Amino acid sequence: MLQDDAEGGGGVALKDLDDILSESIRRNGESLVAVLQDIQEHYNYLPERALRSLSRKTGVPLIDIYRVATFYNSFSLVPRGKHQIVVCAGTTCHVRGASKVTEEISRVLGIGPGQVSADGNFSLDTVNCLGCCAFAPVMVVDGEYHGNLTPAKTRKILTSLKAKWLLPAGEADERGLVDDGDAEETEGA
Amino acid sequence: MVNMLLNGLQVSVDEGMTVLEAAKFFGINIPTLCYNEGLTPYGACRLCLVEIGEPGRSKLVTSCTYPVGEGLIVRTHSERVVKTRKLLIELYLATCPSSKVIQDLASEHHVTRVRFRPRDEKCILCGLCVRMCAEQMQGKAIGFARRGVDRKVTTPFDRKSEECRLCGGCMYICPACQARCQGPREEKPICNACLNLSQPCLDYFDDAMCFMDPCVACELNSGRTPKSERRNNP
Repeated sequence: MLQDDAEGGGGVALKDLDDILSESIRRNGESLVAVLQDIQEHYNYLPERALRSLSRKTGVPLIDIYRVATFYNSFSLVPRGKHQIVVCAGTTCHVRGASKVTEEISRVLGIGPGQVSADGNFSLDTVNCLGCCAFAPVMVVDGEYHGNLTPAKTRKILTSLKAKWLLPAGEADERGLVDDGDAEETEGA
Repeated sequence: MVNMLLNGLQVSVDEGMTVLEAAKFFGINIPTLCYNEGLTPYGACRLCLVEIGEPGRSKLVTSCTYPVGEGLIVRTHSERVVKTRKLLIELYLATCPSSKVIQDLASEHHVTRVRFRPRDEKCILCGLCVRMCAEQMQGKAIGFARRGVDRKVTTPFDRKSEECRLCGGCMYICPACQARCQGPREEKPICNACLNLSQPCLDYFDDAMCFMDPCVACELNSGRTPKSERRNNP
């Protein structure tokens, strides 16, 4: 996907793009945000050529699309990691230690907020509220919510997930890495 | 026609007008930064604030977007309005001290100090250029992007836009683009040259202030002799 963006996308991506746009526009009609969400879901981010193509197809001026795409935190114009980690930095989460959690994630993954790891596997973002303050502090990993976090709990969750992601499918279960986070403390550090 | 009370005067104005248009029609000068007759009112700069309603339960609204109504009570230069307006100008001075339009406003409204740290932004986000591009030039080449403190006017993907025809309308209408006259204190966030330096007209009318826009005396200040000397050697 990184190369796609650099040189404007290969043939396969283009075919995908047309299908996605047509399908999404058919389903969502004039709802720009919904169409953008579909694009983001497929590509993990909003590629420039997708937005340009969308502008041509719908007649919505490109600047209006760009305005919406840059307004919302959930849209990204640069490629995101395969696995997206979102930490809530809203008031409640902040008070209950979200910054400590963010620091811990940065230590485990080696990336700061807004960054993507060099191998393109993870990206870390902070958002201003996820709307579930009762579970503060909260992080969302690939759409799955983890609440009432402490740095230790965060590390446990992340190291087990990381092991699962980085190993080929099946192997993680055999080695019992999925549920037992303590085993890879050293590996993750 | 609707009847309203404008600065204590009972006036009749056409329905559908905004308070700002009505005030202009009756010769009342309300300062604006983001307003232009040819463009959709936007209400961004807040300088056109007026006080509406009964005293004691009045509120401040932007006159450029507020429609006139039957029995509306409007005060365009009440103490509250003037105070708020001066604070706004002070904030604009701190944001964008390099703009002549804002410096002129400051002199015109006797804003003589800036209590905020100058930021030296090049844009006050009034949206005039965006509306100019879209509404008058049918360009849609520029627009706002990002949000909050990162909000800015830009082209899609911050690159040269294919829609842009280089008409220059955005620069023509921009209140921040016009550089201030080379006053003697240009390094300061506030110029006030139009206030502080004696102008030719002052020899004849002591308190009169001529606010020609642009002020010629102000721009020719460099070769000017001080007022006291001029009095002695006419």
